[in-house]
Amino acid sequence: MVPLQAYLILSAIMFIIGAMGVVTRRNAIIVFLSIELMLNSVNLTLVAFSAFFGDATGQVLVFFVMTLAAAEAAVGLAIVIALFRRKQTINLDEINIMKW
Amino acid sequence: MYSYAPLIIVFPLIGFLVLGLFGSRMKNKKLIGVIGSGTVGLSFFLALALFIQMLGIEPGQRKQSVELFTWLSTFTGSSNSLTVNVAYQIDQLSILMTLIVTGVGFLIHIYSIGYMHNDTGFWRFFAYMNLFIFAMLNLVLADNFLLMFLGWEGVGLCSYLLIGFWYEKKFTGDAAKKAFIVNRVGDFGFILGMLLIFSTFGSLNFSTVFNSASLLSVGNTTALWITMLLFIGAMGKSAQIPLYVWLPDAMAGPTPVSALIHAATMVTAGVYMVARCSILFALAPVTMEFIAIVGAVTAVFAATIGLVQNDIKKILAYSTISQLGYMFLAMGVAAFSAGIFHLMTHAFFKALLFLGSGAVIHAMHDEQDIQKMGGLKKYLPVTYKTFLIGAIAIAGIPPFAGFFSKDEILWRAFSSEQGSPVLWLLGVFGAAMTAFYMFRLVTLTFEGEKRFDPHRVHPHEAPKTMTMPLIILAILSIVGGFVGIPHASVIENWLEPVFSPAQYKLLSGEHTGGLMEYLLMFVSVAIAVSGTYAARWIYLQRAELAVSLARRYPRIYRTLLNKYYVDEIYDAVVVAPTVKISNDILWKAIDVTMIDGSVNGSAKIINGIGKILRKIQTGIAQSYAVVFIGGILFVITWLLLR
Repeated sequence: MVPLQAYLILSAIMFIIGAMGVVTRRNAIIVFLSIELMLNSVNLTLVAFSAFFGDATGQVLVFFVMTLAAAEAAVGLAIVIALFRRKQTINLDEINIMKW
Repeated sequence: MYSYAPLIIVFPLIGFLVLGLFGSRMKNKKLIGVIGSGTVGLSFFLALALFIQMLGIEPGQRKQSVELFTWLSTFTGSSNSLTVNVAYQIDQLSILMTLIVTGVGFLIHIYSIGYMHNDTGFWRFFAYMNLFIFAMLNLVLADNFLLMFLGWEGVGLCSYLLIGFWYEKKFTGDAAKKAFIVNRVGDFGFILGMLLIFSTFGSLNFSTVFNSASLLSVGNTTALWITMLLFIGAMGKSAQIPLYVWLPDAMAGPTPVSALIHAATMVTAGVYMVARCSILFALAPVTMEFIAIVGAVTAVFAATIGLVQNDIKKILAYSTISQLGYMFLAMGVAAFSAGIFHLMTHAFFKALLFLGSGAVIHAMHDEQDIQKMGGLKKYLPVTYKTFLIGAIAIAGIPPFAGFFSKDEILWRAFSSEQGSPVLWLLGVFGAAMTAFYMFRLVTLTFEGEKRFDPHRVHPHEAPKTMTMPLIILAILSIVGGFVGIPHASVIENWLEPVFSPAQYKLLSGEHTGGLMEYLLMFVSVAIAVSGTYAARWIYLQRAELAVSLARRYPRIYRTLLNKYYVDEIYDAVVVAPTVKISNDILWKAIDVTMIDGSVNGSAKIINGIGKILRKIQTGIAQSYAVVFIGGILFVITWLLLR
């Protein structure tokens, strides 16, 4: 059997990679991808615990998270399209109107 | 007994309120004049009734107080509490002052109806004059120091308002400011004196203070300080050296103002105050001597300046300062009733002289330079005759009023224990100059050849409203002296109960002069007559003598003409440094640099901090995400390490 820790460590690594992606990448779509990665890492953690303890609660939560991720992706991509129509770019470094 | 007495004070107040609130809308100038004069006239007749009532009362019982209401009262513990009432004290001295103020005031109000007739501020004039009478009556009738001070400041205010009556001209505004500010310097002394009185005697009420004071002994140092401070106040209000400089400039105001305020009433407030506090002054012989010297020196000093002035009102102004010096000389040698007597006769003839000069100025279309007059007696007969009477009175020629009062002062200056022959000599010197400059004025204005162009200037006699008061004042200047005949003085008898505590302290008795008194009287009359004739002779026959004398001693002449440069000295020593300090230190350094600097500076600091802090707002969503993640890490670490 694969030990629980392996799943958790994998999940942590995925989370960190996702976080780094959110912070570092310039392309808005890549940032969304990273956010999805973070969400999926959380999903993995939840499923791992659910399988390990035999409790279905984790899997139910995964359902919720997936639904949420889908909805959030839809809204986020709509915003990106609106942004592109305004500024003809999705390079996040150039979107800084709300600065001092 | 005197319960209707407060009405005397209330009438002018009503006049002020009515004229002040509605005067600008009243079209009928006659009505304004009637209201303005009527209130003062009513006060005079009430005061006369009060006086007649007093005559029927035994001398010891004549002093009474009428209390209206409590002004202020503090309860900080029994020994430090202060209660001041609006209450009036009717006694021989205050009723005499009231009669003078309302009587002469009434005549001057009537005169003003004619004099100010063409002025657009007619209603404002009468409103201010009524306010003045109200304040002056408060001053003379008050029964405590604080109410007297209210009147004191009130007359100073009205003096400012009335001197600056024609406020469109800059120099009248300056003159009004000068009067008020110089007065204020004196008032500072008065306030300190009042504070010292309160801390010494625990009360500001005259009766309380004077009763306690009579228990002290002569030479008491507190009394010395109190009286010196009070006298500083009198110096300012009554134009003695060194605080006299406002009075000549005050001639910028209308002539009735000069007559009422700067001749008959306001300037005599200082003399009244010294008389009222006679017991306090009796306790301080050093102050008395100081007062006598200041009075005598002022009398001579002002007379020397008056000798060479060419403006008719300035001559009379310096004459007023000089005569006030005589009154203080009297006070200083403990001749209190003589000083008040001179106050009364001076009110008559000085008001007469000022009103007469007003008639001349009015006739000459606002010309005030006597070098441009001459020969006016043909054109202004009534004015000439009354003015001549006033001049004879002030010169001290018997049997006119000025002789009796001035001579009494000179005799007391010589013979009293506090007096000395030196003071007498100064007084006589001043009297000689008084006679001379007065008759110089009369001769140059009314007699001789006319020095104006009759085609351009048409002098005409003044209307009845102006000549009637002149005639009445002339009659008073003739007969007013008979209440003070030496050794049979009605006025001295009348005032005796008021001054007896002080006279008792000074142990000064009646001086039977014998031969010396008559000899001195003869000397002063001779000096007055010779001064008169000298002036007439020079200015009628030998005018070039005056001119050549001026040319032979040009520096003396110029010094006198420029009033000893006192104004310039004050300007350089007091005014200019004050302005410089205000400008450079108080304004530029403290106000702009320090206060504005600290307020603006604290704003700048916050601005600066804000400039640094706002760089957090980068507008880039990812930098916010960094902070977000950093926060999460911090919380996790903290939870793990707990």
